[in-house]
Amino acid sequence: MQIDWLNFTPWSALAGGALIGIAAALLINFNGRVMGASNIVGGLFRSLSDAPWRLSFLAGLIAPALAAAAFGAPRPVFFAGTATLIVAGLLVGVGTRMGSGCTSGHGVCGISRLSARSIAATLVFMLAGFASVFAVRHAFAGVAS
Amino acid sequence: MKYAVAFAIGLIFGTGLLVSGMYLPAKVLGFLDLAGKWDPSLAFVMGGALPFSAIGFVLAHRRGKAVFGDPLHIPERTRIDPRLLAGAAIFGVGWGLSGVCPGPAIFNLGFASGPAFVFFAAVAAGMAAYEAYDRVTAQP
Repeated sequence: MQIDWLNFTPWSALAGGALIGIAAALLINFNGRVMGASNIVGGLFRSLSDAPWRLSFLAGLIAPALAAAAFGAPRPVFFAGTATLIVAGLLVGVGTRMGSGCTSGHGVCGISRLSARSIAATLVFMLAGFASVFAVRHAFAGVAS
Repeated sequence: MKYAVAFAIGLIFGTGLLVSGMYLPAKVLGFLDLAGKWDPSLAFVMGGALPFSAIGFVLAHRRGKAVFGDPLHIPERTRIDPRLLAGAAIFGVGWGLSGVCPGPAIFNLGFASGPAFVFFAAVAAGMAAYEAYDRVTAQP
């Protein structure tokens, strides 16, 4: 295995991770909610009774991106074409509802409270992510764009 | 008050995504590409988050309810069932194809680019479709 030393950013990753962990700690303590991005959005499709806190949180989540965009932060580049993005988005939407969580809900909150379901889910979505990137970048590289 | 706090907490989460660079598909795909040049940053993000999150859940459990008096909405299911594993696998494939999971999908709306809107719309459509399916199958 080769490490991508040029792009590896351990310190900013740890610092950003700490902020994410602090946010998760604050949300369960102040609002009594697990900080899972997919559940916070997905809950809106189940019931609008608790929409206000969900929308408040989501507005807060977008705000730093607005500021970052204004101050010239690197823009996210989507490598996948439109068709692939749509398929990938549908899979992410269906999968996170069916599997009750995503990287933040299972990967951060669930693992930190030692939930066996979240640990299992995180292992499975990591493995599926590794496999699909391997398929796209190596096994079938050049077949589809 | 609790909505202002939820907004502020969202702000901290978003800042974490920004500082860590995890809103960038390139960073995420660099982590998921074990066979290429591997960027371990995502593992450091999780490592940085877990201690704080763990302390937060211990404190919340000890208090038994939220500061604003709400009950703790913590999942009660413990069984690792096929639905959980199939859902996680489907999510993982979509994550690998795009390099974007739900947090960054929302965050990236702030950059107001076409692909960011397309991806988020697809995620929302997938969620709505699954919820609709769930409602139909839950009530015979």
